Amino acid sequence: MQKAGIIAVLIGFGVFLTLPFITRHTLNEQLVAKEFGQEETSTLVSRELEPWFGKPLSSWKLISEIDKTIGNVNAEIVKRYALTSTDIDHLVELAKSQKLDEKHIEGLWGAFNFKTQSFMSYGSWLIGRSFNSDEELRNNIEQVANNITQYEVIPKKGIDTYVAKTLKYTLAKHSITGFVAANPFLLLFLTFGLSALGGLLMLTTFTKEPAGIKNNGIYFHPAKSRKWLGIIIGTLLIAFYIILYFYPQYMTGWIRMVDPISYLLSGNEAGQFFLYGLMYTVSVLVMGARMMAKYRHNRYQLVRTGSVMFFQTLFAFLIPEILVRLNQPYFDFKNAWPLNYDFFFDFNLNRLIASGNLGLFMLVWGIALSFIGVPLLTYFYGKRWYCSWVCGCGGLAETVGDPFRQLSDKSLRAWKIERVSIYSVLVFAVVMTIGVLYTYFTGSGELLGINTYSMRQVYGAFIGAGFAGVVGTGFYPFMGNRVWCRFGCPLAAYMGIVQRFKSRFRITTNGGQCISCGNCSTYCEMGIDVRSYAQRGENIVRASCVGCGVCAAVCPRGVLKLENVPVNTRVNTTNFVKR
Amino acid sequence: MHIVIIGNGIAGITTARHVRKLSDHQITVISSESEYFFSRTALMYIYMGHMKFEHTQPYENWFWKKNRIDLVFDRVTELDTDAKTLQLKTGKSINYDKLVLALGSVPRPLPTPGANLKGVQPLYSKQDLEQLEETTKGVKQAVVIGGGLIGIELAEMLHSRGIHVTMAVREKSYWDIVLPKEEAEMISKHIKARGIDLRLDTLVGSIHGAEKVDAVTLNTGETLACQFVGATIGVMPNIKFVEDSPIETNRGILVDEHLQTNIEDVFAIGDCAEIRTPDPGRRPIEAVWYTGRIMGETLAETLCGTPTPYRPGIWYNSAKFMDLEYQTYGQVPTTYEEDLDSLYWEDIVAERCLRIVYEKATKKVKGFNALGLRLRHELCDEWIAREQSLAYVLEHLEQLDFDPEFYTNYLSKAKANLEAIA
Ligand SMILES: Cc1cc2nc3c(=O)[nH]c(=O)nc-3n(C[C@H](O)[C@H](O)[C@H](O)COP(=O)(O)OP(=O)(O)OC[C@H]3O[C@@H](n4cnc5c(N)ncnc54)[C@H](O)[C@@H]3O)c2cc1C
Ligand code: SF4
Ligand code: SF4
Repeated sequence: MQKAGIIAVLIGFGVFLTLPFITRHTLNEQLVAKEFGQEETSTLVSRELEPWFGKPLSSWKLISEIDKTIGNVNAEIVKRYALTSTDIDHLVELAKSQKLDEKHIEGLWGAFNFKTQSFMSYGSWLIGRSFNSDEELRNNIEQVANNITQYEVIPKKGIDTYVAKTLKYTLAKHSITGFVAANPFLLLFLTFGLSALGGLLMLTTFTKEPAGIKNNGIYFHPAKSRKWLGIIIGTLLIAFYIILYFYPQYMTGWIRMVDPISYLLSGNEAGQFFLYGLMYTVSVLVMGARMMAKYRHNRYQLVRTGSVMFFQTLFAFLIPEILVRLNQPYFDFKNAWPLNYDFFFDFNLNRLIASGNLGLFMLVWGIALSFIGVPLLTYFYGKRWYCSWVCGCGGLAETVGDPFRQLSDKSLRAWKIERVSIYSVLVFAVVMTIGVLYTYFTGSGELLGINTYSMRQVYGAFIGAGFAGVVGTGFYPFMGNRVWCRFGCPLAAYMGIVQRFKSRFRITTNGGQCISCGNCSTYCEMGIDVRSYAQRGENIVRASCVGCGVCAAVCPRGVLKLENVPVNTRVNTTNFVKR
Repeated sequence: MHIVIIGNGIAGITTARHVRKLSDHQITVISSESEYFFSRTALMYIYMGHMKFEHTQPYENWFWKKNRIDLVFDRVTELDTDAKTLQLKTGKSINYDKLVLALGSVPRPLPTPGANLKGVQPLYSKQDLEQLEETTKGVKQAVVIGGGLIGIELAEMLHSRGIHVTMAVREKSYWDIVLPKEEAEMISKHIKARGIDLRLDTLVGSIHGAEKVDAVTLNTGETLACQFVGATIGVMPNIKFVEDSPIETNRGILVDEHLQTNIEDVFAIGDCAEIRTPDPGRRPIEAVWYTGRIMGETLAETLCGTPTPYRPGIWYNSAKFMDLEYQTYGQVPTTYEEDLDSLYWEDIVAERCLRIVYEKATKKVKGFNALGLRLRHELCDEWIAREQSLAYVLEHLEQLDFDPEFYTNYLSKAKANLEAIA
C-alpha cells in the first residue's frame, strides 16, 4: 500500500514538475491585439512577433521572445516620442542665445505635439532661466530628456515594467495550445489526483500499526532530518514560491490545468493564486488526513486537525470563490488583520464600501474580528484558537508541516532572535497600516516623510511574499514548520502579547513527573524548550505557544496538559521540584 | 569551599545546580560517561529515531560555564578520604572539601552461561547505546532477558527497528513483583498485542554461539535462534569504586538522613545511595530519576549550610509500556491480605485501569495506580497526605483527570463503576 502510494505521489509530482516544460503556446494576431489595448504598441508588437505566429513555443521561448519584443518596441517608441539628440542640439542652440520661453518650444514641435507637452511638464523649470555655462545648459536639457523618456514616453506610449509583467503573464496564459490546453482533466488527474491518492495510500503506514505515538525513525528519515530529501523538497518549495510571487508567467501551464475548476467555482478563469489556493487546500486535506491517522488515539489532535481542514476548505477556499460567482467581493472571513495585512488598503476598503450591505458587513466583521474577536478569544482559549484551529498558515503547518516540526531551533539564541524579529514585523505592520489609512483619509501620500505607497510595497514583497511564503513554507525542511508563525506573523505577535499577559490558557506541568527526556521540546514546532519548564515543575505560559498539543501528546510520562484555567492561578508552580 | 561531585547524572547535576543557586562555592563535576549532562531516561528515543543525542541534554552547552560549574570528562580511579584527594585516570588529581558520590547504577551481570558472547549486552549508559547500534546491525531476531522497565524499553527499541523480539521473563505476569495481578496482565496483553513474543514464567538456561550469539535455550527446553541478547535483569548500585575505601557499603553506599556516608564530608546520592533508615513507605534504594533529583535538591541545602534531612514525601513513579502509560502514587502493594484493600476498575478494550488503595479499617486512601490514564500528581499527593476517605476520593474522582482535552472521561466511568462496588 505505502509502496503504491509512494509511486503514485512520485508520478503525480513528476507530471506536475514536467508540465511547465511541455506547455506550448501559440500566438496569433487577434490575441496580441486583445492583450494590448493600445493600437500603436499592438501593431509594433504584432510586427515583432509575427514570425512566431502559429508556431508552438515553449514557455521559456515565448517569454524570452516577448521580452525581446518589449525591448524593441520600447526602443522604437523612444525613437518616435523621446527627444532625439538633434532635438537636444536645437534646444541648446536656442537657449544659448536667449532665455527659453514657451513659444520657442511650440515653434520647435508644434503646440499640441507630445514632445511639447512632455517638455512643458518635465522641463518648464528651464523656461526663463539663464545658465552659467553651455555645459550646464546641456546637462540640464539632457536630464529633462531622460526624465521624459523614463516617465512619459515609456509609460504612456510604450510598455513599462509593470505592464510588461502582466502582459507576459496574460499572453502566456491565453496562448496555451496543444496537449496542456486539450487535456486539463487528464492532467488534473495525473497531478492532483495521483498525488492526493498516493498521499492517502501512504498514510496506511500509520493505520496498519496500533494507535500511539508514531515518531519511530524520524531522525533517520531522509526528508525529516535535513538530509538529502529534505534539501530537495525545501529547494523545490522555495523555487515554487519565487515563481508564484515573482515570475508567474512561467507557471501558466499549471494554471491552465486548473481553469475548469475555477470556472466551476467562481465562473472566472484561474489565476496563479487560484492554483495556489487549490494546491494549498488539497495539501491541507491530504496531509490533514495523515495527521489524523498518525494521532488517531488523541482526540484533541483529531478535532483540531478537522477544524483547520474545515476552515481552509470552506473559509479560505470555497466561500471566497463562491462570493465572486455571486458578484460579491472575494473575502476570507477568518483572515484577521494584521496577518491579513491589506485589509485596510484603499483598494480593499473601496471595494467593500462599494459592495452594498454585504460589503459593509465584511468591513465591520473584519474590524470586529481583529479588535474584539481576536483578543477576547485569546483571553479565553489562548492563541491556539486561531493558530492551530482556524488559521490557513497554521493549517498548512499542522498538516503538511507536521513531518518537519522537530526541526525548529530550541536554543535560547533562537528565542532571542524570534522576539526581535516577530515584534519588528508587528510594528512594521501597524505603522504601515496607519500610513495607509492616513493616506486614505487625508489623500497625502506621505506620513512623517515616509512614502506610504512604498511602505506597503516593501511590506508586500518582503513580508507578505518573501517571509510568509518563500521562507515560511520553503524552509519547512530546514527550520521546521512554523518559521513564519514564530519569527514573522504579526497576528501571532499580537495574540502572543495577550496570551502572555492576560489569558486563561496555560500548559500545566504534572507535579514532579517529568524525566527530562526532551520529547516535548524536540517536537515543539515553535521551538519552545518545554522541558526547561516541565523539569522544574513550572507551568508553561509562553507568548509563542500555538497550543498544538503535540508536546502533551508525545510526553511519555503524561506530564503536560493544555488547559484553560482562571487567570490568577495559572503561573502557579508545584512544590514537587525545587527551583 | 570546593565541592567535588562524581557523576553527572540527574543526582549529581541537581546538586551542582542548586549549590550554585545557594552559594558561591567552587563546583567540579566529574564524569567518564559524557561531557555534558544528558537524560538517561531518553536513551531509548535516540535508538528509535525520535531524537538525537543532543536533544537529550536538558541544558545547552554554554550553561555550565555561565553558572561556573566546572565539568571534568574523566574517570576517578582512586579516592583518598584522609587526604581528601581524587586520582583521575588521565593522571590529574583533585582536592576536595566536600565530596558527593553520585555514581549511579551498573547493570546486574547476567549469570547465564554464554553471557560473554558478542551480541549479548545490557543497556544503561551512553556507551551501551552506541554499542547497541553496532551489535544490532543486521539482526533479525533478538531475545531480551528480564521483565523490568529497562527490559521492556529495550524490547520496544528493537521492535521499532523491525527486529523480532522475544522477552524471557521469570515472573508469571509482567513485572508482577511490583504490579498487582490485573495491571500486570493488562500490560502483558498490551505488549503481546504489539508483536512482542512475551514468554512469562521463562528463564534463559544458556546462550550459544561461536564468537557471536546465535541462539538461546530456554528452561522449557526450547531453543530460539537470535543474533542479539539483551541482558536487562535489573541494576545495582555502582559501588565497586568505593569498596576499597573506608566508606561503608551494603548493597549501596550507606547514608544517614542527611545523605552523608560514615565518612565526614563524603555524601552519596542517587542510584548508588542506600538510606540507612528510610521513611515509612519508602525503600532504602530507589533507583529512579525522581529520587535522584530530590536527593540532589536536599543535599545542596545541607552543603550550603542548612542541614536538611532527606524527606522524599509520598512515593510516585511513572513509566510507559510501549503505548500504555503508567502512573503510580503512594502505596500500591501487589497483594491485599492484611490491612490494605483496593478498588479496581478497568476497561479492557480501551486499555485503561484505575486502582485506589485504602486502609481496610479506616477507609483512608493510601495510593493510586493508573494505566492508560493520566492523573493529577498534585491532587493524588494531597489526598494521600491528608488521608482522605475513600468516599471523598470517589466523590471527587473526576478532578484527578489529567488526560488531554476532548478525551473520553474515563474517570467518570470509573467513578460510577467503583461507587457501585464500594
Ligand atoms: C534505559 C533506562 C531508562 C530509564 N527510565 C527511567 C524512567 O523512565 N523513570 C525513572 O524514574 N527512572 C528511569 N531510569 C533510571 C534513572 O535513569 C536512574 O535512576 C538515574 O539516571 C540515576 O541517576 P544518578 O544521577 O543516580 O546516576 P547516573 O545517571 O547513573 O549517573 C552516574 C554517573 O556517574 C558516572 N561515574 C560513576 N563512577 C564514576 C567514576 N569513578 N568516575 C567518573 N564518573 C563516574 C557514570 O558514568 C554516570 O555517568 C532509567 C534508566 C535507564 C538505564
Ligand atoms: S509548547 Fe506544546 S502546545 Fe505549545 S506550541 Fe509547543 S508543542 Fe505546541
Ligand atoms: S516529554 Fe514529558 S517527561 Fe519528557 S521532558 Fe517533556 S515533560 Fe518531561
